[in-house]
Amino acid sequence: MGSSNGEALIVDGKRLDGRKFDELRPIKIEAGVLEQADGSAYVEMGGSHALAAVYGPVEMHPRHKMLPDRVVLQTQYEMAPFSVPDRKRPGPDRRSKEIAKVTKEALESVIYVEDYAQSAIRLHIEILQADAGTRVTGLTAASVALADAGIKMRDMVAACASGKIDDTVVLDLNGIEDNTGQADLPVAYSAGLDEITLLQMDGLMTEDEFEKGLKYAIDGCKTIYELKKDALKRRYKNE
Amino acid sequence: MSRAIVSKIEKENVLALAEQGKRLDGRKFDEIRPITIETGLYGRAKGSANVKLGNMEVAAGVSVGTMEPYPDSPDSGTLSVTAELTPMSYEHFSMGPPSDDDIELSRVVDRGIRESQAIEMDKLVVESGVEVRSVFVDLWTLNYAGNPIDAASLAGVAALHNAEDEELGKLPVVKKPIANTFIKIGKHILLDPSLEEEKALDARFTVTLEDKGNVCAMQKAGSSNWTTDEILACVKIAAKQSKETRKLLK
Repeated sequence: MGSSNGEALIVDGKRLDGRKFDELRPIKIEAGVLEQADGSAYVEMGGSHALAAVYGPVEMHPRHKMLPDRVVLQTQYEMAPFSVPDRKRPGPDRRSKEIAKVTKEALESVIYVEDYAQSAIRLHIEILQADAGTRVTGLTAASVALADAGIKMRDMVAACASGKIDDTVVLDLNGIEDNTGQADLPVAYSAGLDEITLLQMDGLMTEDEFEKGLKYAIDGCKTIYELKKDALKRRYKNE
Repeated sequence: MSRAIVSKIEKENVLALAEQGKRLDGRKFDEIRPITIETGLYGRAKGSANVKLGNMEVAAGVSVGTMEPYPDSPDSGTLSVTAELTPMSYEHFSMGPPSDDDIELSRVVDRGIRESQAIEMDKLVVESGVEVRSVFVDLWTLNYAGNPIDAASLAGVAALHNAEDEELGKLPVVKKPIANTFIKIGKHILLDPSLEEEKALDARFTVTLEDKGNVCAMQKAGSSNWTTDEILACVKIAAKQSKETRKLLK
């Protein structure tokens, strides 16, 4: 039972890739990977690979979108056509636009937005390889890129997803688990402020399952938070 | 200082250096920047490559689909090249529909691959007149540092040679067309322009050569012109450089 195609996703108390229920996929974080951008980062969460670039603060274009008392984080989330097995048509679709919106809001919540009033900060997230959890991989990359660009923030946001497969709550679903799983719960969390900055959910979970999933995700975010700090230290140790 | 004034100073600097036979980064006029090619980086694509030409970085991915063949070529697969100068790669590139530069880049790279007959299109037929395979090459700039044509072209060809399909096996890619882009500043001709040099260009010229040394695509751009002798000189340099660059492609 559990997955929609009948294949078990959990065998002998372990997931198909051998992970424990509350274990993240291998994570790689690198800060300052692009020369042109003011800040940039590359993040891998298992098979999901994201690149983020930040330009700014810059003048707001178009000007009518300028806000008198705060900065606008102009956010683009894009999946490269070759990031998925069946080529994705280039250009924004509804999913990309929604992800860009919730990502923007998740990050603006920790930026000192009033310090860059009337300007824009441009954020571009490119998914180069997709294997579930691309929005959280992109968001983690984005927050490292913002820090790398020297944008003033109250804290760094880390993100990961939990979900439900074979009636079991697990952390950080991979592609197979995501495609045939029962629920997906992406979370972004500021460890320093102890605040949730992004929360979405689809699928079916009981209240208890949700609570467990949220705890898994927040613990995952805390782990990623430490890896991000390490990545930024590595970046600036050499300068 | 406004950007216009800065760019005028930069332009004069590039020209003044060229008058002394020098380039900003110390290269000779007919010397390209160092190239690194990595293949198979993007595992969801049928084939992929990441190319750095100096700091100009392009990611390329190949996807394969099926479609009804075009009525005038029932026994030929199809090729579609899409390039994007992404806003991620440079401050002055914006989001939105493809710009003229995106389209020109796509089409120049497309011509090099198509006209060199790098892909054996007749081997992409599933059923004559009914179904053929369509090959997509997507070229995404990650970091912009001048001369996207040569870098994107190299990335596209490297990704094609890396491409494998479950049913088809290795894609029938048999050639390695190499694009060589020159710019003219004053009377001086520079191969593989950097970003600073590109900003100062009067005219641009790209020539693509295939493995046997035949020219398979050309493109002139910019609001200034070239003499016949200049063009012929460029083709000679390009022929020599193509052989060297091709050695880097496995």
